[in-house]
Amino acid sequence: MSVDQTTVAKIASLARIKMSEDELARMAPELSQILDWVEQLGEVDTSEVEPMTAVIPNSLRLRADEVDADPLTGGNRRDDVLANAPAAEHGFFGVPKVIE
Amino acid sequence: MTELTELGVKAIRDGVAAGDFTAREVAEAFNAAVAGAGALNAFIVATPDKAIEAAERVDADRAAGRELGPMAGVPIGMKDLFATEGVQTTAASHILEGFVPRYESTVSQNLWNAGAGMLGKLNLDQFAMGSSNETSYFGNVVSPWRRKDGGNSPLAPGGSSGGSSAAVAARIAAAATGTDTGGSIRQPAAFTGICGIKPTYGRCSRWGVVAFASSLDQAGPMARDVADCAIMLGAMAGFDPKDSTSLDLPVPAWEAGLSDDLRGRKVGIPREYRMEGTDPEILDSWERGKQWLRDAGAEIVDISLPHTKYALPAYYIIAPAEASSNLARYDGVRYGLRELPADAAGKAAGLQDMYAATRAEGFGDEVKRRILIGTYVLSAGFYDAYYNQAQKIRTLIARDFERAWAECDVILAPTTPTASFPLGEKADDPLAMYLNDVFAVPASLAGLPAMSVPAMLNRDGLPLGLQLVGKPFDEQGVLNAGLAIERRAGFAAKPEKWW
Repeated sequence: MSVDQTTVAKIASLARIKMSEDELARMAPELSQILDWVEQLGEVDTSEVEPMTAVIPNSLRLRADEVDADPLTGGNRRDDVLANAPAAEHGFFGVPKVIE
Repeated sequence: MTELTELGVKAIRDGVAAGDFTAREVAEAFNAAVAGAGALNAFIVATPDKAIEAAERVDADRAAGRELGPMAGVPIGMKDLFATEGVQTTAASHILEGFVPRYESTVSQNLWNAGAGMLGKLNLDQFAMGSSNETSYFGNVVSPWRRKDGGNSPLAPGGSSGGSSAAVAARIAAAATGTDTGGSIRQPAAFTGICGIKPTYGRCSRWGVVAFASSLDQAGPMARDVADCAIMLGAMAGFDPKDSTSLDLPVPAWEAGLSDDLRGRKVGIPREYRMEGTDPEILDSWERGKQWLRDAGAEIVDISLPHTKYALPAYYIIAPAEASSNLARYDGVRYGLRELPADAAGKAAGLQDMYAATRAEGFGDEVKRRILIGTYVLSAGFYDAYYNQAQKIRTLIARDFERAWAECDVILAPTTPTASFPLGEKADDPLAMYLNDVFAVPASLAGLPAMSVPAMLNRDGLPLGLQLVGKPFDEQGVLNAGLAIERRAGFAAKPEKWW
Protein backbone atom coordinates (compact mmCIF):
# COMPACT_ATOMS: atom_id res chain seq x y z
CA MET A 1 0.00 0.00 0.00
CA SER A 2 1.60 3.26 -1.10
CA VAL A 3 -0.05 5.55 1.45
CA ASP A 4 -1.01 4.70 5.00
CA GLN A 5 -3.46 6.46 7.25
CA THR A 6 -0.81 8.71 8.77
CA THR A 7 0.24 9.89 5.31
CA VAL A 8 -3.35 10.58 4.32
CA ALA A 9 -3.81 12.57 7.53
CA LYS A 10 -0.73 14.62 6.60
CA ILE A 11 -2.04 15.27 3.05
CA ALA A 12 -5.50 16.16 4.34
CA SER A 13 -3.94 18.66 6.70
CA LEU A 14 -1.90 20.17 3.83
CA ALA A 15 -5.11 20.39 1.79
CA ARG A 16 -6.97 21.93 4.76
CA ILE A 17 -9.67 19.26 4.84
CA LYS A 18 -10.68 18.04 8.29
CA MET A 19 -11.08 14.27 8.28
CA SER A 20 -12.24 11.87 10.96
CA GLU A 21 -10.33 8.67 11.73
CA ASP A 22 -13.09 6.74 9.95
CA GLU A 23 -12.74 8.81 6.82
CA LEU A 24 -8.96 8.47 6.86
CA ALA A 25 -9.28 4.71 7.24
CA ARG A 26 -11.65 4.56 4.28
CA MET A 27 -9.65 6.95 2.10
CA ALA A 28 -6.20 5.36 2.61
CA PRO A 29 -6.82 2.13 0.64
CA GLU A 30 -8.73 4.05 -2.07
CA LEU A 31 -5.88 6.49 -2.58
CA SER A 32 -3.35 3.66 -2.46
CA GLN A 33 -5.22 1.80 -5.17
CA ILE A 34 -5.20 4.89 -7.42
CA LEU A 35 -1.54 5.68 -6.70
CA ASP A 36 -0.48 2.06 -7.29
CA TRP A 37 -2.26 2.20 -10.63
CA VAL A 38 -0.54 5.43 -11.76
CA GLU A 39 2.84 3.90 -10.82
CA GLN A 40 2.86 2.29 -14.28
CA LEU A 41 3.91 5.65 -15.71
CA GLY A 42 7.35 4.87 -14.29
CA GLU A 43 7.82 2.24 -17.04
CA VAL A 44 8.11 4.92 -19.71
CA ASP A 45 11.57 6.25 -20.45
CA THR A 46 11.13 10.01 -20.44
CA SER A 47 14.77 11.00 -19.99
CA GLU A 48 14.78 12.84 -23.33
CA VAL A 49 11.29 14.34 -23.03
CA GLU A 50 10.34 17.84 -21.88
CA PRO A 51 7.25 18.10 -19.67
CA MET A 52 4.32 19.70 -21.47
CA THR A 53 3.72 23.33 -20.60
CA ALA A 54 1.11 24.36 -23.19
CA VAL A 55 -1.19 21.99 -25.00
CA ILE A 56 -1.83 24.34 -27.92
CA PRO A 57 1.06 26.70 -28.73
CA ASN A 58 -0.03 30.12 -27.54
CA SER A 59 1.79 33.15 -26.23
CA LEU A 60 0.78 34.61 -22.93
CA ARG A 61 -0.82 37.99 -23.45
CA LEU A 62 -0.63 40.88 -21.06
CA ARG A 63 -3.52 43.27 -20.75
CA ALA A 64 -2.97 46.96 -21.37
CA ASP A 65 -1.34 48.60 -18.36
CA GLU A 66 -4.30 50.85 -17.71
CA VAL A 67 -6.54 51.28 -14.71
CA ASP A 68 -9.88 49.55 -15.38
CA ALA A 69 -8.77 48.44 -18.87
CA ASP A 70 -11.74 46.08 -18.84
CA PRO A 71 -14.87 47.47 -17.23
CA LEU A 72 -16.06 44.03 -16.09
CA THR A 73 -12.87 42.94 -14.37
CA GLY A 74 -11.49 46.39 -13.53
CA GLY A 75 -11.82 48.25 -10.26
CA ASN A 76 -14.69 49.87 -8.37
CA ARG A 77 -16.63 46.63 -7.98
CA ARG A 78 -16.23 46.28 -4.22
CA ASP A 79 -19.85 45.60 -3.46
CA ASP A 80 -20.05 42.97 -6.20
CA VAL A 81 -16.88 41.32 -4.92
CA LEU A 82 -18.24 41.20 -1.37
CA ALA A 83 -21.80 40.27 -2.31
CA ASN A 84 -21.32 36.53 -1.82
CA ALA A 85 -18.96 36.68 1.17
CA PRO A 86 -20.25 34.75 4.19
CA ALA A 87 -19.22 37.58 6.55
CA ALA A 88 -18.50 40.87 4.81
CA GLU A 89 -18.02 43.77 7.23
CA HIS A 90 -17.22 47.43 6.66
CA GLY A 91 -16.23 46.79 3.07
CA PHE A 92 -13.88 43.91 3.91
CA PHE A 93 -13.97 40.13 4.09
CA GLY A 94 -14.53 39.18 7.72
CA VAL A 95 -12.48 36.29 9.14
CA PRO A 96 -12.06 34.81 12.61
CA LYS A 97 -9.48 36.54 14.76
CA VAL A 98 -6.00 35.52 13.60
CA ILE A 99 -3.84 37.10 16.33
CA GLU A 100 -4.45 36.16 19.95
CA MET B 1 -47.91 19.94 -36.19
CA THR B 2 -44.87 18.31 -34.60
CA GLU B 3 -44.54 18.97 -30.93
CA LEU B 4 -42.21 21.91 -30.50
CA THR B 5 -40.06 20.03 -27.99
CA GLU B 6 -39.24 17.51 -30.71
CA LEU B 7 -37.34 20.23 -32.57
CA GLY B 8 -33.64 20.89 -32.27
CA VAL B 9 -31.57 24.05 -32.62
CA LYS B 10 -31.71 24.49 -36.39
CA ALA B 11 -35.40 23.59 -36.74
CA ILE B 12 -36.38 26.02 -33.97
CA ARG B 13 -34.20 28.85 -35.23
CA ASP B 14 -35.43 28.44 -38.81
CA GLY B 15 -39.05 27.98 -37.73
CA VAL B 16 -39.00 31.11 -35.60
CA ALA B 17 -37.36 33.09 -38.40
CA ALA B 18 -39.96 31.84 -40.90
CA GLY B 19 -42.83 32.65 -38.53
CA ASP B 20 -44.03 29.02 -38.28
CA PHE B 21 -44.24 29.54 -34.52
CA THR B 22 -43.10 32.17 -32.07
CA ALA B 23 -40.08 31.93 -29.81
CA ARG B 24 -42.46 32.37 -26.89
CA GLU B 25 -44.43 29.27 -27.90
CA VAL B 26 -41.21 27.30 -28.04
CA ALA B 27 -40.06 28.57 -24.65
CA GLU B 28 -43.42 27.74 -23.08
CA ALA B 29 -43.36 24.21 -24.49
CA PHE B 30 -39.89 23.54 -23.12
CA ASN B 31 -40.64 25.20 -19.77
CA ALA B 32 -43.57 22.81 -19.40
CA ALA B 33 -41.38 19.84 -20.38
CA VAL B 34 -38.79 20.83 -17.77
CA ALA B 35 -41.48 21.24 -15.11
CA GLY B 36 -42.82 17.77 -15.93
CA ALA B 37 -39.46 16.00 -15.79
CA GLY B 38 -38.59 16.31 -12.11
CA ALA B 39 -37.95 12.55 -11.93
CA LEU B 40 -34.84 12.95 -14.09
CA ASN B 41 -33.35 15.51 -11.67
CA ALA B 42 -31.59 17.07 -14.67
CA PHE B 43 -31.94 20.65 -13.43
CA ILE B 44 -30.68 22.12 -10.17
CA VAL B 45 -32.75 25.25 -10.75
CA ALA B 46 -35.24 26.01 -13.49
CA THR B 47 -35.42 29.56 -14.83
CA PRO B 48 -38.65 29.65 -16.87
CA ASP B 49 -38.81 33.46 -16.68
CA LYS B 50 -35.38 33.75 -18.27
CA ALA B 51 -36.49 31.51 -21.13
CA ILE B 52 -39.63 33.60 -21.69
CA GLU B 53 -37.75 36.92 -21.50
CA ALA B 54 -35.21 35.80 -24.11
CA ALA B 55 -38.00 34.49 -26.35
CA GLU B 56 -39.95 37.76 -26.12
CA ARG B 57 -36.85 39.67 -27.14
CA VAL B 58 -36.46 37.43 -30.20
CA ASP B 59 -40.14 37.78 -31.13
CA ALA B 60 -39.90 41.56 -30.76
CA ASP B 61 -36.74 41.67 -32.88
CA ARG B 62 -38.44 39.64 -35.57
CA ALA B 63 -41.53 41.85 -35.50
CA ALA B 64 -39.31 44.91 -35.84
CA GLY B 65 -37.46 43.35 -38.76
CA ARG B 66 -34.15 43.24 -36.90
CA GLU B 67 -31.59 40.60 -37.77
CA LEU B 68 -31.90 37.43 -35.66
CA GLY B 69 -28.94 35.67 -34.10
CA PRO B 70 -27.78 32.14 -34.96
CA MET B 71 -29.50 30.71 -31.85
CA ALA B 72 -32.54 33.00 -31.94
CA GLY B 73 -35.48 31.49 -30.07
CA VAL B 74 -33.64 28.33 -28.97
CA PRO B 75 -34.20 27.41 -25.29
CA ILE B 76 -31.18 25.66 -23.84
CA GLY B 77 -30.00 24.22 -20.55
CA MET B 78 -26.87 25.70 -18.97
CA LYS B 79 -24.54 23.34 -17.15
CA ASP B 80 -24.31 24.64 -13.60
CA LEU B 81 -20.57 25.14 -13.98
CA PHE B 82 -21.07 28.39 -15.94
CA ALA B 83 -21.46 31.54 -13.84
CA THR B 84 -24.82 33.15 -14.60
CA GLU B 85 -25.51 36.62 -13.29
CA GLY B 86 -28.27 36.63 -10.68
CA VAL B 87 -28.83 32.86 -10.93
CA GLN B 88 -27.34 30.44 -8.40
CA THR B 89 -24.19 28.71 -9.67
CA THR B 90 -23.06 25.71 -7.59
CA ALA B 91 -20.90 23.32 -9.64
CA ALA B 92 -23.29 20.82 -7.98
CA SER B 93 -21.45 21.35 -4.69
CA HIS B 94 -22.56 22.22 -1.18
CA ILE B 95 -19.64 24.63 -0.82
CA LEU B 96 -21.10 26.89 -3.54
CA GLU B 97 -24.74 26.41 -2.60
CA GLY B 98 -26.38 29.82 -2.61
CA PHE B 99 -23.58 31.46 -4.63
CA VAL B 100 -25.20 33.99 -6.94
CA PRO B 101 -22.64 35.42 -9.39
CA ARG B 102 -22.57 39.13 -10.12
CA TYR B 103 -21.25 38.46 -13.59
CA GLU B 104 -21.96 36.24 -16.58
CA SER B 105 -19.52 33.72 -18.07
CA THR B 106 -18.29 34.60 -21.56
CA VAL B 107 -19.71 31.44 -23.14
CA SER B 108 -23.20 31.88 -21.66
CA GLN B 109 -23.17 35.59 -22.58
CA ASN B 110 -22.21 34.66 -26.16
CA LEU B 111 -25.19 32.31 -26.30
CA TRP B 112 -27.63 34.93 -24.99
CA ASN B 113 -26.21 37.41 -27.49
CA ALA B 114 -26.93 34.84 -30.22
CA GLY B 115 -30.58 34.74 -29.18
CA ALA B 116 -30.69 31.62 -26.99
CA GLY B 117 -32.74 31.54 -23.78
CA MET B 118 -32.03 29.76 -20.50
CA LEU B 119 -34.34 27.02 -19.23
CA GLY B 120 -32.28 26.53 -16.09
CA LYS B 121 -29.04 25.33 -14.58
CA LEU B 122 -28.24 21.71 -15.25
CA ASN B 123 -27.09 19.17 -12.71
CA LEU B 124 -23.61 17.65 -13.06
CA ASP B 125 -21.02 15.67 -11.16
CA GLN B 126 -19.69 17.81 -8.34
CA PHE B 127 -17.05 20.20 -9.74
CA ALA B 128 -17.34 18.15 -12.95
CA MET B 129 -15.59 15.21 -11.25
CA GLY B 130 -17.31 11.99 -12.16
CA SER B 131 -18.56 9.86 -15.04
CA SER B 132 -22.07 8.93 -13.90
CA ASN B 133 -23.54 12.06 -12.31
CA GLU B 134 -23.56 10.37 -8.91
CA THR B 135 -21.27 12.87 -7.16
CA SER B 136 -23.67 15.86 -7.27
CA TYR B 137 -24.68 17.34 -3.92
CA PHE B 138 -28.12 17.79 -5.47
CA GLY B 139 -28.70 14.10 -6.16
CA ASN B 140 -28.14 11.77 -9.09
CA VAL B 141 -29.38 12.58 -12.55
CA VAL B 142 -31.32 9.64 -13.96
CA SER B 143 -30.93 8.78 -17.62
CA PRO B 144 -34.17 8.93 -19.61
CA TRP B 145 -33.10 5.63 -21.21
CA ARG B 146 -34.10 2.26 -19.83
CA ARG B 147 -33.06 -1.23 -20.78
CA LYS B 148 -35.51 -2.82 -23.15
CA ASP B 149 -35.78 -5.97 -21.02
CA GLY B 150 -38.24 -4.04 -18.87
CA GLY B 151 -35.75 -3.73 -16.04
CA ASN B 152 -36.40 -0.34 -14.50
CA SER B 153 -33.13 0.10 -12.64
CA PRO B 154 -32.15 3.73 -13.10
CA LEU B 155 -29.24 4.16 -15.51
CA ALA B 156 -26.36 6.63 -15.47
CA PRO B 157 -26.68 9.51 -17.96
CA GLY B 158 -22.88 9.73 -17.98
CA GLY B 159 -20.84 12.52 -16.51
CA SER B 160 -19.86 14.99 -15.71
CA SER B 161 -22.35 16.71 -18.06
CA GLY B 162 -25.11 14.29 -17.04
CA GLY B 163 -27.88 16.86 -16.57
CA SER B 164 -27.05 18.17 -20.04
CA SER B 165 -27.15 14.75 -21.70
CA ALA B 166 -30.34 13.67 -19.91
CA ALA B 167 -32.13 16.95 -20.74
CA VAL B 168 -31.26 16.86 -24.44
CA ALA B 169 -32.04 13.15 -24.82
CA ALA B 170 -35.36 13.54 -22.96
CA ARG B 171 -36.38 16.48 -25.20
CA ILE B 172 -36.72 18.84 -22.26
CA ALA B 173 -34.03 21.15 -23.71
CA ALA B 174 -33.33 21.81 -27.38
CA ALA B 175 -29.61 21.70 -26.60
CA ALA B 176 -27.30 22.21 -23.64
CA THR B 177 -23.84 23.40 -22.78
CA GLY B 178 -21.31 20.91 -21.51
CA THR B 179 -17.72 21.05 -20.40
CA ASP B 180 -15.12 18.40 -21.11
CA THR B 181 -11.98 17.92 -19.03
CA GLY B 182 -11.43 14.23 -19.72
CA GLY B 183 -14.54 13.13 -21.61
CA SER B 184 -17.33 14.97 -19.78
CA ILE B 185 -19.12 15.99 -23.00
CA ARG B 186 -18.42 12.92 -25.12
CA GLN B 187 -19.10 10.11 -22.63
CA PRO B 188 -22.54 11.41 -21.51
CA ALA B 189 -23.45 12.15 -25.14
CA ALA B 190 -22.60 8.54 -26.05
CA PHE B 191 -24.60 7.16 -23.10
CA THR B 192 -27.74 9.05 -24.09
CA GLY B 193 -27.74 8.86 -27.89
CA ILE B 194 -26.96 12.50 -28.62
CA CYS B 195 -24.08 14.47 -30.15
CA GLY B 196 -21.48 16.48 -28.30
CA ILE B 197 -18.27 18.17 -29.36
CA LYS B 198 -15.31 19.36 -27.35
CA PRO B 199 -13.48 21.91 -29.53
CA THR B 200 -9.74 22.58 -29.66
CA TYR B 201 -8.45 23.76 -26.29
CA GLY B 202 -8.86 27.55 -26.21
CA ARG B 203 -11.77 27.85 -28.68
CA CYS B 204 -14.33 28.55 -25.96
CA SER B 205 -13.46 30.97 -23.20
CA ARG B 206 -13.00 29.52 -19.73
CA TRP B 207 -13.83 32.88 -18.15
CA GLY B 208 -16.66 32.42 -15.69
CA VAL B 209 -16.52 28.62 -15.85
CA VAL B 210 -15.87 27.07 -12.45
CA ALA B 211 -12.33 25.72 -12.85
CA PHE B 212 -11.51 22.02 -12.47
CA ALA B 213 -8.27 21.37 -14.41
CA SER B 214 -7.48 24.52 -16.32
CA SER B 215 -5.08 23.02 -18.87
CA LEU B 216 -7.82 20.59 -19.95
CA ASP B 217 -11.19 22.29 -19.36
CA GLN B 218 -13.10 23.13 -22.55
CA ALA B 219 -16.74 24.03 -23.06
CA GLY B 220 -18.79 22.66 -25.93
CA PRO B 221 -22.34 22.02 -27.11
CA MET B 222 -24.49 18.93 -26.58
CA ALA B 223 -27.36 18.59 -29.01
CA ARG B 224 -29.54 16.21 -30.98
CA ASP B 225 -27.47 16.22 -34.16
CA VAL B 226 -24.26 17.32 -35.80
CA ALA B 227 -25.68 20.44 -37.47
CA ASP B 228 -27.09 21.64 -34.14
CA CYS B 229 -23.65 21.18 -32.58
CA ALA B 230 -22.03 23.15 -35.41
CA ILE B 231 -24.46 26.04 -34.96
CA MET B 232 -24.18 26.14 -31.19
CA LEU B 233 -20.40 25.78 -31.12
CA GLY B 234 -20.21 28.74 -33.50
CA ALA B 235 -22.19 30.80 -31.01
CA MET B 236 -20.13 29.70 -27.99
CA ALA B 237 -16.62 30.04 -29.43
CA GLY B 238 -14.49 33.11 -29.96
CA PHE B 239 -11.49 35.00 -28.65
CA ASP B 240 -11.84 36.36 -25.15
CA PRO B 241 -9.14 38.65 -23.74
CA LYS B 242 -10.29 37.68 -20.23
CA ASP B 243 -9.02 34.09 -20.67
CA SER B 244 -5.23 33.92 -20.94
CA THR B 245 -5.38 30.69 -22.97
CA SER B 246 -8.15 31.82 -25.33
CA LEU B 247 -7.28 31.29 -29.00
CA ASP B 248 -7.00 34.57 -30.89
CA LEU B 249 -8.39 33.12 -34.11
CA PRO B 250 -11.51 33.84 -36.13
CA VAL B 251 -14.39 31.40 -35.58
CA PRO B 252 -14.87 29.38 -38.79
CA ALA B 253 -18.36 29.18 -40.35
CA TRP B 254 -18.83 25.57 -39.21
CA GLU B 255 -22.51 25.34 -40.10
CA ALA B 256 -21.94 26.60 -43.64
CA GLY B 257 -18.95 24.27 -44.01
CA LEU B 258 -20.87 21.07 -43.20
CA SER B 259 -20.42 18.36 -45.81
CA ASP B 260 -20.48 14.58 -45.60
CA ASP B 261 -18.40 14.17 -48.74
CA LEU B 262 -15.20 12.63 -47.38
CA ARG B 263 -13.53 11.85 -50.70
CA GLY B 264 -9.80 12.37 -50.39
CA ARG B 265 -9.93 12.25 -46.59
CA LYS B 266 -8.07 9.65 -44.59
CA VAL B 267 -9.54 8.25 -41.40
CA GLY B 268 -7.10 6.73 -38.91
CA ILE B 269 -7.98 3.67 -36.82
CA PRO B 270 -5.69 3.57 -33.77
CA ARG B 271 -4.76 -0.03 -33.07
CA GLU B 272 -4.09 0.63 -29.37
CA TYR B 273 -7.79 1.45 -28.82
CA ARG B 274 -8.64 -2.19 -29.46
CA MET B 275 -8.23 -3.08 -25.81
CA GLU B 276 -8.59 -6.48 -24.29
CA GLY B 277 -11.99 -7.05 -22.80
CA THR B 278 -13.77 -4.39 -24.83
CA ASP B 279 -17.46 -5.18 -25.32
CA PRO B 280 -17.89 -6.95 -28.70
CA GLU B 281 -20.82 -4.66 -29.51
CA ILE B 282 -18.54 -1.65 -29.09
CA LEU B 283 -16.14 -3.25 -31.57
CA ASP B 284 -19.08 -3.94 -33.88
CA SER B 285 -20.14 -0.27 -33.78
CA TRP B 286 -16.55 0.68 -34.62
CA GLU B 287 -16.59 -1.66 -37.65
CA ARG B 288 -19.85 -0.12 -38.83
CA GLY B 289 -18.36 3.33 -38.36
CA LYS B 290 -15.46 2.45 -40.64
CA GLN B 291 -17.87 1.22 -43.29
CA TRP B 292 -20.00 4.38 -43.07
CA LEU B 293 -16.94 6.57 -43.51
CA ARG B 294 -15.75 4.42 -46.41
CA ASP B 295 -19.19 4.85 -47.99
CA ALA B 296 -18.73 8.61 -47.60
CA GLY B 297 -15.58 8.39 -49.70
CA ALA B 298 -12.91 8.26 -47.00
CA GLU B 299 -9.93 5.98 -47.02
CA ILE B 300 -9.46 3.96 -43.81
CA VAL B 301 -5.86 3.63 -42.60
CA ASP B 302 -4.40 1.87 -39.58
CA ILE B 303 -2.43 4.11 -37.28
CA SER B 304 -0.59 3.73 -34.00
CA LEU B 305 -0.82 5.91 -30.89
CA PRO B 306 1.74 4.00 -28.83
CA HIS B 307 1.32 5.81 -25.50
CA THR B 308 -2.47 5.39 -25.32
CA LYS B 309 -2.39 3.09 -22.28
CA TYR B 310 -0.59 5.76 -20.26
CA ALA B 311 -3.09 8.51 -21.00
CA LEU B 312 -5.58 7.65 -18.27
CA PRO B 313 -3.05 7.28 -15.42
CA ALA B 314 -1.32 10.50 -16.57
CA TYR B 315 -4.70 12.24 -16.57
CA TYR B 316 -5.37 11.06 -13.02
CA ILE B 317 -2.21 12.83 -11.89
CA ILE B 318 -2.53 16.01 -13.94
CA ALA B 319 -6.24 16.69 -13.44
CA PRO B 320 -6.22 16.15 -9.64
CA ALA B 321 -3.02 18.21 -9.35
CA GLU B 322 -4.67 21.14 -11.11
CA ALA B 323 -7.90 20.60 -9.19
CA SER B 324 -6.12 20.67 -5.82
CA SER B 325 -4.70 24.04 -6.77
CA ASN B 326 -7.91 25.45 -8.32
CA LEU B 327 -10.11 24.34 -5.44
CA ALA B 328 -7.86 25.98 -2.85
CA ARG B 329 -10.01 29.08 -3.40
CA TYR B 330 -12.93 27.54 -1.48
CA ASP B 331 -11.89 28.68 1.96
CA GLY B 332 -15.06 30.07 3.53
CA VAL B 333 -13.87 33.65 3.16
CA ARG B 334 -14.88 35.11 -0.18
CA TYR B 335 -17.94 33.15 -1.24
CA GLY B 336 -19.89 30.03 -0.48
CA LEU B 337 -20.12 28.00 2.68
CA ARG B 338 -18.42 28.90 5.96
CA GLU B 339 -18.21 26.47 8.87
CA LEU B 340 -17.12 28.01 12.13
CA PRO B 341 -17.15 25.21 14.70
CA ALA B 342 -16.78 26.01 18.39
CA ASP B 343 -14.64 23.73 20.56
CA ALA B 344 -15.89 21.94 23.68
CA ALA B 345 -15.20 25.01 25.79
CA GLY B 346 -17.35 27.09 23.47
CA LYS B 347 -14.37 28.96 22.02
CA ALA B 348 -14.95 29.83 18.36
CA ALA B 349 -12.68 28.29 15.74
CA GLY B 350 -9.57 30.01 14.46
CA LEU B 351 -8.86 30.70 10.81
CA GLN B 352 -7.16 27.36 10.07
CA ASP B 353 -9.94 25.40 11.78
CA MET B 354 -12.47 27.34 9.75
CA TYR B 355 -10.73 26.41 6.47
CA ALA B 356 -10.56 22.72 7.36
CA ALA B 357 -14.13 22.52 8.65
CA THR B 358 -15.56 24.46 5.71
CA ARG B 359 -13.84 22.25 3.17
CA ALA B 360 -14.75 19.07 5.06
CA GLU B 361 -18.41 20.04 5.06
CA GLY B 362 -18.53 21.60 1.59
CA PHE B 363 -16.79 19.01 -0.62
CA GLY B 364 -18.12 15.56 -1.50
CA ASP B 365 -16.06 12.36 -1.30
CA GLU B 366 -14.87 12.27 -4.92
CA VAL B 367 -13.80 15.92 -4.77
CA LYS B 368 -11.87 15.26 -1.55
CA ARG B 369 -10.30 12.18 -3.09
CA ARG B 370 -9.02 14.19 -6.05
CA ILE B 371 -7.81 17.09 -3.93
CA LEU B 372 -5.85 14.64 -1.77
CA ILE B 373 -4.34 12.86 -4.80
CA GLY B 374 -3.43 16.23 -6.29
CA THR B 375 -1.91 17.48 -3.05
CA TYR B 376 0.10 14.27 -2.73
CA VAL B 377 1.51 14.25 -6.28
CA LEU B 378 2.51 17.92 -5.99
CA SER B 379 4.08 17.57 -2.55
CA ALA B 380 7.82 17.88 -1.96
CA GLY B 381 9.60 14.65 -2.79
CA PHE B 382 6.87 13.32 -5.10
CA TYR B 383 6.57 16.13 -7.63
CA ASP B 384 9.18 14.74 -10.02
CA ALA B 385 8.11 11.11 -9.78
CA TYR B 386 4.43 11.83 -10.33
CA TYR B 387 3.54 15.24 -11.70
CA ASN B 388 6.59 15.89 -13.84
CA GLN B 389 6.56 12.35 -15.21
CA ALA B 390 2.87 12.72 -16.10
CA GLN B 391 3.54 16.00 -17.91
CA LYS B 392 6.34 14.31 -19.88
CA ILE B 393 3.97 11.53 -20.83
CA ARG B 394 1.48 14.17 -21.88
CA THR B 395 4.15 15.45 -24.29
CA LEU B 396 4.54 11.91 -25.68
CA ILE B 397 0.79 11.51 -26.12
CA ALA B 398 0.56 14.81 -28.00
CA ARG B 399 3.52 13.68 -30.12
CA ASP B 400 1.74 10.40 -30.96
CA PHE B 401 -1.13 12.42 -32.39
CA GLU B 402 1.20 14.78 -34.30
CA ARG B 403 2.81 11.77 -35.96
CA ALA B 404 -0.58 10.28 -36.76
CA TRP B 405 -1.59 13.45 -38.61
CA ALA B 406 1.08 12.62 -41.19
CA GLU B 407 -1.03 9.59 -42.09
CA CYS B 408 -4.64 10.65 -41.55
CA ASP B 409 -6.97 13.67 -41.27
CA VAL B 410 -9.29 12.45 -38.57
CA ILE B 411 -9.34 9.51 -36.14
CA LEU B 412 -12.29 7.17 -35.53
CA ALA B 413 -12.64 5.27 -32.25
CA PRO B 414 -15.35 4.24 -29.82
CA THR B 415 -16.36 6.95 -27.35
CA THR B 416 -16.70 4.62 -24.35
CA PRO B 417 -15.76 1.02 -23.52
CA THR B 418 -19.36 0.16 -22.51
CA ALA B 419 -22.91 1.45 -22.77
CA SER B 420 -24.59 3.18 -19.82
CA PHE B 421 -24.64 1.20 -16.57
CA PRO B 422 -27.04 1.20 -13.60
CA LEU B 423 -26.57 3.97 -11.05
CA GLY B 424 -24.66 2.62 -8.08
CA GLU B 425 -22.88 -0.11 -10.03
CA LYS B 426 -19.47 1.59 -10.02
CA ALA B 427 -20.01 4.19 -7.33
CA ASP B 428 -17.82 2.36 -4.78
CA ASP B 429 -14.95 1.65 -7.14
CA PRO B 430 -13.20 4.86 -8.23
CA LEU B 431 -10.84 3.07 -10.63
CA ALA B 432 -13.63 1.23 -12.46
CA MET B 433 -15.40 4.56 -12.82
CA TYR B 434 -12.26 6.26 -14.19
CA LEU B 435 -11.97 3.59 -16.92
CA ASN B 436 -15.11 5.00 -18.55
CA ASP B 437 -12.97 7.73 -20.02
CA VAL B 438 -10.17 5.55 -21.34
CA PHE B 439 -10.96 6.42 -24.98
CA ALA B 440 -11.83 10.06 -24.30
CA VAL B 441 -8.85 11.21 -22.26
CA PRO B 442 -6.04 11.05 -24.86
CA ALA B 443 -7.66 13.77 -27.03
CA SER B 444 -8.15 15.89 -23.91
CA LEU B 445 -4.49 15.62 -22.94
CA ALA B 446 -3.53 16.69 -26.47
CA GLY B 447 -6.08 19.56 -26.57
CA LEU B 448 -7.67 18.19 -29.75
CA PRO B 449 -11.22 18.68 -31.02
CA ALA B 450 -13.25 15.51 -30.47
CA MET B 451 -16.88 14.58 -30.89
CA SER B 452 -19.26 11.76 -30.05
CA VAL B 453 -22.02 10.81 -32.49
CA PRO B 454 -24.66 8.12 -31.85
CA ALA B 455 -24.03 4.94 -33.84
CA MET B 456 -26.49 2.22 -32.81
CA LEU B 457 -28.39 0.59 -29.98
CA ASN B 458 -26.86 -2.38 -28.20
CA ARG B 459 -28.65 -5.61 -27.28
CA ASP B 460 -30.18 -3.93 -24.23
CA GLY B 461 -31.59 -1.14 -26.39
CA LEU B 462 -29.05 1.40 -25.11
CA PRO B 463 -27.15 3.86 -27.32
CA LEU B 464 -23.49 3.49 -28.28
CA GLY B 465 -21.46 6.41 -29.57
CA LEU B 466 -18.56 6.76 -31.97
CA GLN B 467 -15.80 9.25 -31.41
CA LEU B 468 -14.03 11.41 -33.97
CA VAL B 469 -10.80 13.17 -33.07
CA GLY B 470 -9.36 15.90 -35.29
CA LYS B 471 -6.25 17.95 -35.81
CA PRO B 472 -5.87 21.12 -33.76
CA PHE B 473 -8.34 23.78 -35.01
CA ASP B 474 -10.02 21.31 -37.39
CA GLU B 475 -13.46 21.16 -35.77
CA GLN B 476 -14.82 21.20 -39.32
CA GLY B 477 -13.11 17.91 -40.17
CA VAL B 478 -14.53 16.36 -37.00
CA LEU B 479 -18.05 17.69 -37.64
CA ASN B 480 -18.01 16.54 -41.26
CA ALA B 481 -16.90 13.01 -40.40
CA GLY B 482 -19.56 13.05 -37.67
CA LEU B 483 -22.15 14.14 -40.24
CA ALA B 484 -21.11 11.30 -42.56
CA ILE B 485 -21.71 8.81 -39.74
CA GLU B 486 -24.97 10.44 -38.70
CA ARG B 487 -26.41 10.31 -42.23
CA ARG B 488 -25.51 6.66 -42.65
CA ALA B 489 -26.17 5.36 -39.14
CA GLY B 490 -29.77 6.58 -39.36
CA PHE B 491 -29.92 6.68 -35.56
CA ALA B 492 -33.46 7.82 -34.76
CA ALA B 493 -34.01 6.08 -31.42
CA LYS B 494 -35.09 8.10 -28.44
CA PRO B 495 -36.01 7.18 -24.90
CA GLU B 496 -39.63 6.29 -24.25
CA LYS B 497 -41.19 8.76 -21.84
CA TRP B 498 -41.66 7.28 -18.34
CA TRP B 499 -40.98 10.38 -16.22
